[in-house]
Amino acid sequence: MDLSIFFIQCLNALQYGLLLFLVASGLTLIFGIMGVINLAHGSFYMMGAYMAYALAPIVAATFGGGFFATLLVGVGLSVALGYVLEWAFFSFLYEREHLQQVLMTYGLILVFEELRSILVGDDVHGVEVPAFLSGTLPLGEMMTYPVYRLFISGVCLLLALGMYVVFTRTRLGMMIRAGSSNREMVQSLGIDIKFLYRVVFAAGMAIAVFAGMVAAPVSSVYPGMGDTVLIICFVVVVIGGIGSIRGALLAALLIGVVDTFGKVLLPQAAGVLVYVLMALILLWKPDGLFKAG
Amino acid sequence: MKAVFFRTTVIATAAALLSGAALAQTSAKLKVGLMLPYTGTFASLGNAIENGFKLYLTEQGGKLAGREVEFVKVDDESDPSKATDNVNKLVKRDNVDVLVGTVHSGVAMAMAKVAKETGTVLIVPNAGADAVTGAMCAPNIFRSSFSNWQPGYAMGEVMAKKGIKKVATITWKYAAGDETVRGFKEGFEKGGGTVVKDLSLPFPNVEFQALLTDIAATKPDAVFTFFAGGGAVKFVKDYAAAGLKKTIPLYGSGFLTDGTLDAQGSDAEGLFTALHYADSMEIPKDKSFRLAYAKTYKLQPDVYAVQGYDAAQILAIGLKAVGGDLSKKAEFAKAVEATKIDSPRGAFSLSKAHNPVQDIYLRQVVGKENKLMGIASKDLADPARGCKM
Repeated sequence: MDLSIFFIQCLNALQYGLLLFLVASGLTLIFGIMGVINLAHGSFYMMGAYMAYALAPIVAATFGGGFFATLLVGVGLSVALGYVLEWAFFSFLYEREHLQQVLMTYGLILVFEELRSILVGDDVHGVEVPAFLSGTLPLGEMMTYPVYRLFISGVCLLLALGMYVVFTRTRLGMMIRAGSSNREMVQSLGIDIKFLYRVVFAAGMAIAVFAGMVAAPVSSVYPGMGDTVLIICFVVVVIGGIGSIRGALLAALLIGVVDTFGKVLLPQAAGVLVYVLMALILLWKPDGLFKAG
Repeated sequence: MKAVFFRTTVIATAAALLSGAALAQTSAKLKVGLMLPYTGTFASLGNAIENGFKLYLTEQGGKLAGREVEFVKVDDESDPSKATDNVNKLVKRDNVDVLVGTVHSGVAMAMAKVAKETGTVLIVPNAGADAVTGAMCAPNIFRSSFSNWQPGYAMGEVMAKKGIKKVATITWKYAAGDETVRGFKEGFEKGGGTVVKDLSLPFPNVEFQALLTDIAATKPDAVFTFFAGGGAVKFVKDYAAAGLKKTIPLYGSGFLTDGTLDAQGSDAEGLFTALHYADSMEIPKDKSFRLAYAKTYKLQPDVYAVQGYDAAQILAIGLKAVGGDLSKKAEFAKAVEATKIDSPRGAFSLSKAHNPVQDIYLRQVVGKENKLMGIASKDLADPARGCKM
């Protein structure tokens, strides 16, 4: 591997790592901070990708279209949906055992997949990259790099920064963190914890949907796409340390490096390398890289 | 008066009973177990196969060899871990006479195993695993589709003939990918080419960027690939976005561009692939098939619908030869082996191992169609390695 190829692979690793963080960030919120094992996270992601595909023509017809308008409508819808889902299902789960959380959220996966099949069908779809981001940059003598992938990386960094600031530097973040360590105490201090959690859940879902919408042009849209990201998302959150946004970002980048170079240098073991990494890190630090609180 | 009435009633009842019994004997319904994916990634493939199968049945007036057909449907979910249970339920609980399925190779292998043990007739309408008509072959197992080896081998021949010398291959590390690439290597190296790099990634991983960079570093003359479904869409788009489409031509097994062209858009334009069917076959059988299919289902048929249609044809040929009596296994197989099957893909026959001996076509993506460009390999027969029959 000569130097220029090595640098391109580093870029690939960084870019994949940031994409992973984007996909896992909603889970960091719902599983990491709120403590609900949410297997339906992959379904939220899938919903986002399908929204990017299905909403675009509707938005184009009503608001004149545009990539950002579609994103806005999708995020708005998902906040509303997240609010309702929390009220109808997840609000019963906080005090329950993990097994019950797994059962309920697994059930939701089946429901969402079936709804997707009924509403949009089982075909594979592509989503166009918005025109102003569809260019490519030359890279080495043979390759080009799509601008949209760099755009995704930028979005990830902004999101990571935004989440970090909200959770560690604002009053809202303080209340949420307090709520995750002691619900009753926070309530007795006069904070409406029920409402607060409903909002956080809606935000977590909206971030997952947002990730799906942003990733749709590079990932394409297909049935079962949520299942493929679900496990890697849990790996990111667990390696990073449950509840830590810093940790999740670092974990995602680490996985990006291991996966990218693993595929090239150790192709026979590419499928397990990420899990070996997880095992090693958990042996070294059983709570993950950065445990919150 | 009363006695007469009593007597007529008795006679009438007896007659009715007798005729009922006789009727049951000659035309008991033929139970066909359809084990296909009706949910999940392959759901649309399962539906196309069922549609094709039923279209042929309708053309025959709803009967095969004089027997009405009753379907027992099972959704196999493309899940190999549930496969054995599902087949056993069909064979032992529902007592089906014939098994038809499926799409996923792992599930099809479980079906073949049960079919081999119980002797139930099995017709595989898609799954390409070489072993189904290789090591697992049996007198009662038939395939109406292809073996993974076939499109790969045919494309290898074509690329060698074009004078391409160095090729890199890339696929998912699982049966269908490995077997297709193995077939390709055989055909390509026979023609004098060399495979300079074998790239693979775990199924169903779709993060291709690292391997695309590796391809750019290797600089082969061309790339051969096997991907299908969502992975195929993403690979074709990523390949074009990485700027490789212009510098290193991409070739593939036909599944790269089947049912995925809408999603791939202009990134697929011009790609060459090999398969046993194309979107514009220009033969009368295909034209009438496409017309009837479109009329019945308000959908355009695809290769999966053709395979379902031909599965029904194979069943009909065998049943006719044995007069609807499926216990005559040897005669059933003999008749199927001896008959040319008039398929929309062009007539084909079955090999000794019961895999189609068929033309593999070279197709090119033009607009939203896989256009027929010629025959890549004529009457190509799978080598049926490991088949002892």
